Amino acid sequence: MKEPRKDNNVSTSEKKDAATDLQSLGEGLYKQMEQGEFPWIKIPSRSTENIYYSPELRQYILGDRKVKRSARNIRHIRPFTQLVWTAFFAHKLSTQRKTSTLRDVYYSAQAYEMSFKDQSESDNIITDLETAIGSAREDFNIFPEERSAVFGDITIEYTVPGYEGRQMNLTSHPDGLMVGPALTYSEFVKTSADKVIAIEKGGLFTRFIEENVHKKHNALLVLTAGQAPRATRHFIHRLNKELELPVYILTDGDPWGMHIAMVIISGSANAAHVRDLTTPDAKWSGVWASDIVDYKLPSVPLTEIDIKRLHELQRDPRYKDDLWQREIKIFMKIRKKAEQEAFSRYGLTYIVDEYLPSKLEETK
Amino acid sequence: MVSQAFEEISPADFFYRNREIAGFTNPSRAIFAAIRELVENSLDASESAEVPPDVFVSLTLNEEGRPELETYKLRVEDNGSGITSRHIPSAFGQVLFGSKYKLKQARGTFGLGGTMAVLYGQITTHKPAYIVSSTGSTKVYIYRIMIDIQKNKPIILERRVLINKEEWRGTIIEFFLEGDYFRAMPKILEYLKQTALVNPYANITFVDPKGRLYRFTRVTTKMPLPPKETLPHPYGVDVETVKRLIRVTPNRNMTDFMKTHFHRVSEKIALKFLEFAAIPRGRNPKKMGPQEIVQLVRMIKSFEEFRPPSANCLSPLGKDLLKAGILKELKPEYTVVCQRKPSTYAGHPFIVETAIAYGGEIPKKGEFILYRFANRIPLLYDEASDVSFRAIKNMNWRRYKVSQDMPLAILVHICSTKIPYKTVGKEFIADRPEVKKEVLNGIREAARLLQRFLSKREHVEKEKHRLSVFSKYLPKIARFSTELAGRESQPDINKLLESVNTSEGTAKR
Ligand SMILES: Nc1ncnc2c1ncn2[C@@H]1O[C@H](COP(=O)(O)OP(=O)(O)O)[C@@H](O)[C@H]1O
Ligand SMILES: [Mg+2]
Repeated sequence: MKEPRKDNNVSTSEKKDAATDLQSLGEGLYKQMEQGEFPWIKIPSRSTENIYYSPELRQYILGDRKVKRSARNIRHIRPFTQLVWTAFFAHKLSTQRKTSTLRDVYYSAQAYEMSFKDQSESDNIITDLETAIGSAREDFNIFPEERSAVFGDITIEYTVPGYEGRQMNLTSHPDGLMVGPALTYSEFVKTSADKVIAIEKGGLFTRFIEENVHKKHNALLVLTAGQAPRATRHFIHRLNKELELPVYILTDGDPWGMHIAMVIISGSANAAHVRDLTTPDAKWSGVWASDIVDYKLPSVPLTEIDIKRLHELQRDPRYKDDLWQREIKIFMKIRKKAEQEAFSRYGLTYIVDEYLPSKLEETK
Repeated sequence: MVSQAFEEISPADFFYRNREIAGFTNPSRAIFAAIRELVENSLDASESAEVPPDVFVSLTLNEEGRPELETYKLRVEDNGSGITSRHIPSAFGQVLFGSKYKLKQARGTFGLGGTMAVLYGQITTHKPAYIVSSTGSTKVYIYRIMIDIQKNKPIILERRVLINKEEWRGTIIEFFLEGDYFRAMPKILEYLKQTALVNPYANITFVDPKGRLYRFTRVTTKMPLPPKETLPHPYGVDVETVKRLIRVTPNRNMTDFMKTHFHRVSEKIALKFLEFAAIPRGRNPKKMGPQEIVQLVRMIKSFEEFRPPSANCLSPLGKDLLKAGILKELKPEYTVVCQRKPSTYAGHPFIVETAIAYGGEIPKKGEFILYRFANRIPLLYDEASDVSFRAIKNMNWRRYKVSQDMPLAILVHICSTKIPYKTVGKEFIADRPEVKKEVLNGIREAARLLQRFLSKREHVEKEKHRLSVFSKYLPKIARFSTELAGRESQPDINKLLESVNTSEGTAKR
């Protein structure tokens, strides 16, 4: 049985920070106005020139460039007001221990005569706020709509209102448990697992549960449901950091699947302003281009767009390691892609009994 | 053998046969033309008496009319100069009889309009006209007349003289005519409105056949300086004019003849010209033969040093009055007015006044609204043939940041001793290059002024917008920051808002 390392606990401490950071943001603006100044803030620039790949952190980070947003500027004042409102709203969520989805935020604004043009405008302001206080939105209780799931022998303890102290084993639900706010904020108590397997598709996730992969391989299974939401990436990050579990990722065998794995590992440029979303030691275990060849998987030709994407990835600093470069080249050579389900040609359990063990071994 | 019969017709007979050339084309045009001619006579009369005009017009339905073609009684009353007793019958009973042949600006021209109205009334109803007039003397004269069309002479049916106890001065004319008021109505009302615009010192009242009262009230009693009568300008004369002048001149030498009978010809210029024309100074004009006269006129036209005509025979409305008229009748948000310097065409002086009215009650039409005026009367027909219309069409409006979908009205007023009308009906102005150039320059000048106003206003709007944006968002920032910081009371942001309004406002970003 493994217990979490206390010094590695990422979840609750960050949350408290976010609430105080929000408050001091308000305090700063208040003082500026009190002194007869137009309120302003400086936030790290998120323009592409200020996004760097950090080889040490193995993720994208923001450079030193800062931008000043001032209420004195007529073009800034509306987004500035929206930012202050969002901070106010997020702070209220935190102190009242409530959560809200991105969409909720968009609608809630209307109650304060603070309407956003559309949700993308409010999402954007939320990203500004993340950048301004240096915390992920989940830390101030705002979540995206998409949900992924987790299954396996781990006991967690809820911290959300009404459930404080309640414990739960994540094998209790055969469909897995949704990675929502409550799970995000929960504390890890103990686990018998010695690894995490992240799976791109729901079908395979269910197959793995049915085939007892969690028992056979001592694994926690995480469904990313396509591109992993940030809450899920953060959850995987915590499993890796707090419980020191190695992470293996299984995706479709195409450039898009590759990138799902890469975002879990090294994050995205869009989230260069937040930490604790990445798991640099996680492994992409398949389906590789070479697997398509080695396992003679049924495949379909790559499209123009697939090829274009491969070229982009080839130049991407996150893909500089040998494994990635090699697989990209093979994709380009065979000009084929295969889905995870392609293994069904060898029978429904082949992937569990044959492929998975050998890949886990290979990418250890 | 066929023998041809020759006959002579009188001017009245001529205009009776060709009444459309004076605007009496059909029942609806006729009623418009009648009202218009009489109102213009009244305005002329008031101005020559130098009193602000009070014109009262009433049109009533006559019982006996046939349903498809109504007969109306038209009555026009004014406080003008009045007409001396012996001229009353001819003024309204003889075509081409008038007091406005002189060389000065007037609305009437040929001694035609008023008489044509009466003539038209007579031929459609066969009823006499009734005229009351006094020059303010001790007597008031009343006439009932008809026109002997073939002889172009008034027939006096009745003449009465009353004692003028109230020292009344003015003219009343009343007669019957056939017409179609309801078709003519929009044009008549438009005519009166525009007349009120270009005569802002006039009171005009109209009671229509339904008993509806339309009142156009003066906003000022200030009137433009009356025009001075002038001598013909050398460039404007022809052989006939010179012959007539020779007939009446008391002068016995050419130097004096040129000095006395022509506009702005000084001794110096006269001598210079005679030398140029190789005409001896002492030549007796009375002794000049036809060949010599033709040669004289030819030389006059080719001599380039005659001074341009002076404009005191003209009476433009002036910027203030034009503006007052526009504000009163069009109620725009803003208006610019310009007056061009006097200019000439073919020896006739003219002045162009232009204005552009913007916004307010001016409708957005998708095209410019054009108001045309000549000698302080509106021109309502044949717009597309008018010189001003063409000038507007040819202008590059984008240069002035003006577009057709703006609420915009353009006004052009041309005044001259001889308006270059294309027809006797005073409908539109011909494309004389000199006139066109002035009109174009006038409109351009107005457009420049308008552009200045628009950009100033845009600036003000921007400032207003700025302030409204800041007043909308700053209080919110204050409120949310206060709650976020957990403070009790909000910071005072009034100073910030004030600074947006003043110093910040003028700074360019
Ligand atoms: N209301 C009036 N008051 C004074 N005089 C008038 C009036 N109406 C007409 N007259 C005189 O009658 C003359 C003829 O009028 P009209 O036939 O309209 O010709 P015009 O106006 O072209 O001279 C005018 O020149 C003027 O002397
Ligand atoms: Mg007349």
